[in-house]
Amino acid sequence: MLKIENLSVAVNGREILHDINLHIRPGEVHVLFGPNGIGKSTLMSAIMGFERYEITKGKIYFKGQDITNAPVFERAKLGIGIMIQRPPTIRGLSLRQMEGICGATPEETEHMAEWMGLNKFLDRSVNEGFSGGEIKRSELLQLMAQKPELLLLDEPESGVDVENIALVGRAANYILNSATAACGKACDRPCCPHNFKDVQVNPLGKSNRSGLIITHLGHILKYVPADTGHIVFDGTLACSGDPEEMLSCIGQSGYEHCIHQGCRRWKK
Amino acid sequence: MSVNKEKLTEALDKKAIYGEDLNFTSYDDNDTMRIKSTDELSAGGKKKLERVGIELDEAGRSATFVQVDNAAVTVNVKKDTPLVLMNTGDAAKAFPELVEKYWWKAVSPETDKYTAKTALEKETGYFIHVKAGTKISAPLQACVFMGHEDQLQRVHNVIIMEEGSELNIISGCASDPTVENGVHIGISEFFIGKNAKMTFTMIHSWGEKVAVRPRTVAIVDEGGLYMSNYVCLDKVADVQMYPTCRLIGKGATARLNSILVAPEGAHLDIGGKAILEVSGTKAEIITRSISTGGTIINRGLLQGLAEGVRAHLECNGLMLNDKGRIYAIPELDAHTGNSELSHEAAVGRIAPEEIEYLMARGLDEEAAAATIVRGFLNINIEGLPESLEKKITDTLDTFTYNKGM
Repeated sequence: MLKIENLSVAVNGREILHDINLHIRPGEVHVLFGPNGIGKSTLMSAIMGFERYEITKGKIYFKGQDITNAPVFERAKLGIGIMIQRPPTIRGLSLRQMEGICGATPEETEHMAEWMGLNKFLDRSVNEGFSGGEIKRSELLQLMAQKPELLLLDEPESGVDVENIALVGRAANYILNSATAACGKACDRPCCPHNFKDVQVNPLGKSNRSGLIITHLGHILKYVPADTGHIVFDGTLACSGDPEEMLSCIGQSGYEHCIHQGCRRWKK
Repeated sequence: MSVNKEKLTEALDKKAIYGEDLNFTSYDDNDTMRIKSTDELSAGGKKKLERVGIELDEAGRSATFVQVDNAAVTVNVKKDTPLVLMNTGDAAKAFPELVEKYWWKAVSPETDKYTAKTALEKETGYFIHVKAGTKISAPLQACVFMGHEDQLQRVHNVIIMEEGSELNIISGCASDPTVENGVHIGISEFFIGKNAKMTFTMIHSWGEKVAVRPRTVAIVDEGGLYMSNYVCLDKVADVQMYPTCRLIGKGATARLNSILVAPEGAHLDIGGKAILEVSGTKAEIITRSISTGGTIINRGLLQGLAEGVRAHLECNGLMLNDKGRIYAIPELDAHTGNSELSHEAAVGRIAPEEIEYLMARGLDEEAAAATIVRGFLNINIEGLPESLEKKITDTLDTFTYNKGM
């Protein structure tokens, strides 16, 4: 699905990431751990192709296609969808209109907004006056409409209250597992929005969709099972392995210790 | 008309405070009625009327007024609609007592050469009178059309809204597509009575070299609401106006919204003034302006003369081109300690992160920019009747954004 080879990325002329290699296969969900400001978001932004992030070396392939220099919208059209941490406000563009841009029909929009508890937000300008948690839910609503094959989530649970973490997690899981075909009212698959509340964690391997998630606390992993974790450190992927083990090690002893102690153990 | 002819003739030389000084001599200001009905308008002319919100079949409208050059061509009130609509000149003859009370009482005829010129010549324009307690739901449409090259067009409008009355007006001003040059002078005096409500939505689509000099003053009494929306998206050489709203009764409210686009060669000097004369009055002036190469001067003044007034002024501009200019001059003038006046002004270009955000949702760069521009111009105007809101959105939808335009 996504293959990154020897990728170096610079921001404002300063190299943030060096020689990154990452391979996400269809159906796989990977997690990025690491301290703040280390380059996790930079990697995600480079995958999406945002202009500020200059690729100084290496290649990005998506579904076998070299997208290293492709414009953002082409990557979106190819099937990459992103939730950035602090999306801008688009004044005068309603969330409802935005859903249309993302490809949802008016009925789908109503339906999915209800699931995400965002009906009252549909006619407000995108992100205007939204709280942190509302932004996350609105981003997921847009991604539900966009139906990406590769889902990039940058800290999906930050700013989300305890009650809504499950909703955010399930929504992410829905995007990763739902079929591309629109769900009709009669659909009884658990992935369809109207069956959405009953969605338990789906076993992996059912879907060909992939994900890359940045998380600090890992709450999202209760709802979205991930199969590989990576610790980003000093501009590289310092080590990769089982995300649950990694998370508990980081929680107990911190990033640096885990990199020194654990990497060998986690190496596949 | 209680005007002093001698003083007025002197005022004919009086330059306006703002805007380029216009010389009337090169224009034709005769009052010939060149066509007898809007059916005789060119196909292009009819299209322009539609563009500024005028429905030629008059179906959804309570009344219709059309002035072509300096003659009133259509003055129609739907059967059983309780309002008076007349040509101002005819109304002046019919109701001398109203002339005494209202004519030139909001706008001084000696303000500048434009008001003086209009006061001295034969009157045309619309007179609208809505009696106390009368609420009219379908909008009245009034159109002032320039059909003739080098025309000097004069308009004097008087609207009287008596206590508790309600009316929505679409005022569309346009010129025939064949008209390049011309001068339009529009004097408007609006009297909004106690608890009366008037929405005035003006859409302009003039010829490329036309100069426009509206002079508008609205006086709003206790509990009254005056809502003015101005939309100018098409290229026009030179517009200068500074509409004023005087809030003279407790609880009177004014809202002035403007949506302006200045292509290269356009000069828009547009202001908005609210004078809060008594306590408990409120005003809001919001302007969104876009320069695609032209100049926009955006003036705004909130004057709080009494205790406990509240007003907000907002002028935001987007520069889509390095050639243009947006000059925002918001002014606040508080005369007492207990008034709440605020303003917000921002001029910039489209933020790249907004473009990228929309690109990440699948729009190409141009479509993303166009979406942002349309959103920027889309002021959410609270309390606007649906038909007027639709007209504004429809007009905005026709606005195309070209990079490097």
